[in-house]
Amino acid sequence: MNLVNKEQVKKKMASRLFTNRILQGLLLLATLFGLIVLGVLIYRMTTQGIGYLSLDFFTNFASRFPEQAGIKAAIVGTLWLMAVTIPVSLILGVGTALYLEEYAPKNRFTRIIQVNIANLAGVPSIVFGLLGLTIFVRLAEMGQSVLAGGYTLSLLILPVIVVASQEALRSVPKEMRDASYAMGATKWQTIQRVVLPASIPGILTGSILAFSRAIGETAPLIVIGALTYVAFLPENLYSGFTAMPIQIYNWATRPQIEFQELAAAGIIILLLMLIILNSIAVLIRNKFQKRY
Amino acid sequence: MKAFKKSALLMMLTTLLIVATACGNGDGSGSAAEGGSEGKGGSVKIDGSSTVFPIMEAVSEEFKSEHPDVKVPVGVSGTGGGFEQFTKGETDLSNASRPIKEEEKKLAEENGIEYTELTLAFDGLSVVVNKENDFVDQLTVEELTKMWKKGSKVKTWADVREGWPEEEIKFFSPGTDSGTFDYFNEVILEEKGIRKDAQLSENDNILVKGVTGSQNGIGFFGYAYYLENKDNLTVVPIVNEAGEAVKPTGETIQSGKYNPLSRPLFTYVNNKSLKENEAVYNYVMYTLENAGKLAEEVGYVALPQEQYDKQIEKIKEIAGK
Repeated sequence: MNLVNKEQVKKKMASRLFTNRILQGLLLLATLFGLIVLGVLIYRMTTQGIGYLSLDFFTNFASRFPEQAGIKAAIVGTLWLMAVTIPVSLILGVGTALYLEEYAPKNRFTRIIQVNIANLAGVPSIVFGLLGLTIFVRLAEMGQSVLAGGYTLSLLILPVIVVASQEALRSVPKEMRDASYAMGATKWQTIQRVVLPASIPGILTGSILAFSRAIGETAPLIVIGALTYVAFLPENLYSGFTAMPIQIYNWATRPQIEFQELAAAGIIILLLMLIILNSIAVLIRNKFQKRY
Repeated sequence: MKAFKKSALLMMLTTLLIVATACGNGDGSGSAAEGGSEGKGGSVKIDGSSTVFPIMEAVSEEFKSEHPDVKVPVGVSGTGGGFEQFTKGETDLSNASRPIKEEEKKLAEENGIEYTELTLAFDGLSVVVNKENDFVDQLTVEELTKMWKKGSKVKTWADVREGWPEEEIKFFSPGTDSGTFDYFNEVILEEKGIRKDAQLSENDNILVKGVTGSQNGIGFFGYAYYLENKDNLTVVPIVNEAGEAVKPTGETIQSGKYNPLSRPLFTYVNNKSLKENEAVYNYVMYTLENAGKLAEEVGYVALPQEQYDKQIEKIKEIAGK
């Protein structure tokens, strides 16, 4: 018996192949679109900003004279912010994910938490800024400090880290946990020695993407009262600060074309920082990645 | 695996450290009035309008070279955001591109904040059209109101004045959060808001690009933005109260001939800080002595010198010096 009607198949073959090719082309276009936009952006920024990239640009504070202006305060401010944001959000985020995935009973309450975390990931960043202003700056009396800024950014990216970590924890095969329990390991030993190491690539990839977002945020920092012109470096966690995106935004809105070129130079540096962060993510993923 | 454990341990330790410092110090930055005790030379807290920012940035930059120990950072929370902090006593100086509002005055009073208004410079809101637009020779305030206000029926230039072409106008305006918009809203729009199809942007450079790029575009923004782009834009003379059509220039803005669209730029200073914090007093005096020159450098128009002198006297009196 002939199960396949070869005649029929042959007749349809041409149109099927055609559809295949069309879709392949469309998807390629979609990929190229993003790349081309990125290319144009990099080209524009480089041609505009390259003239201002010099050692002085890194060692000078902001100035009203474009040729003397630098991003020292902004770079150092951003690094301070990250020094607070990265540990705080990583530990809280992974902790939350571990609890929700490994310990929490699957009931209505945890489902509500789950839905809310997913919702929080979509809340506009300026809302987190208002939250930070009320809680950290005013209630906790941290003032407009690096600490308040870092905590606010941590809150902002926490949901993303939680969701990414949960996804990573879930992808650890059940057999590995079972094997660990079978050897007499406790739950925490299993988490610490089996589950976490296996999920590290996923957790870190998600987290570092979240950190990249935090580096580029302006709105919540402006809302909590981060400064714009700063001619000193933060001395401790209670110092005032400015950050790269704030400085860039300020330059971009100035009327003089030279300041807009300075903004482009700032963007190049910010892009470089992001590329470095993302490469770290890729490196870590490759180093720890195992296939099960 | 060992490396991972180590880094994990390190991270946990850092967090612990951070949390510990957070608990240890309940009162981080303190209120503005006690800022003087901070560090060697003290500090001045300045926040507010982004329009005034370039002037204050310049003042801070120059002030720093004379008083290297004093910290004088400047924030840009916007005029409203600045006053919100100022009326709570969180800042020493609040920059503003409009005078303080009644409700903000009330807040200051409730919190026992006394302040002094200082005028730093003038800005002339410039109404501009595309370079190729050769028929708009001048506009009256009534015409501007008719064109811009909410629910305006004006679609083409012919609706503004007879004889102008029947081509659809494109409107570009600063965002409704800005002091520039507030001012335009007050003197031109009769506080009713702007027409719905106007393109708004918080970044005035976008407005410049908008008007440069569309032949029938019209827009308004600060004088500095026109000055920087005067080769690509045509500024529209505005008919003033005396009935003359006047272009915004340094002289017409300073003399007040360019009206009603020239506006003063302010900073508000907390009287208590002025009396108790030497750094704030020095900074304010320095500002008044140099604001004119520095304002011109960043694209604004200085006040007549006697107005600065008068304000200096006033500050001396308040501070008791």
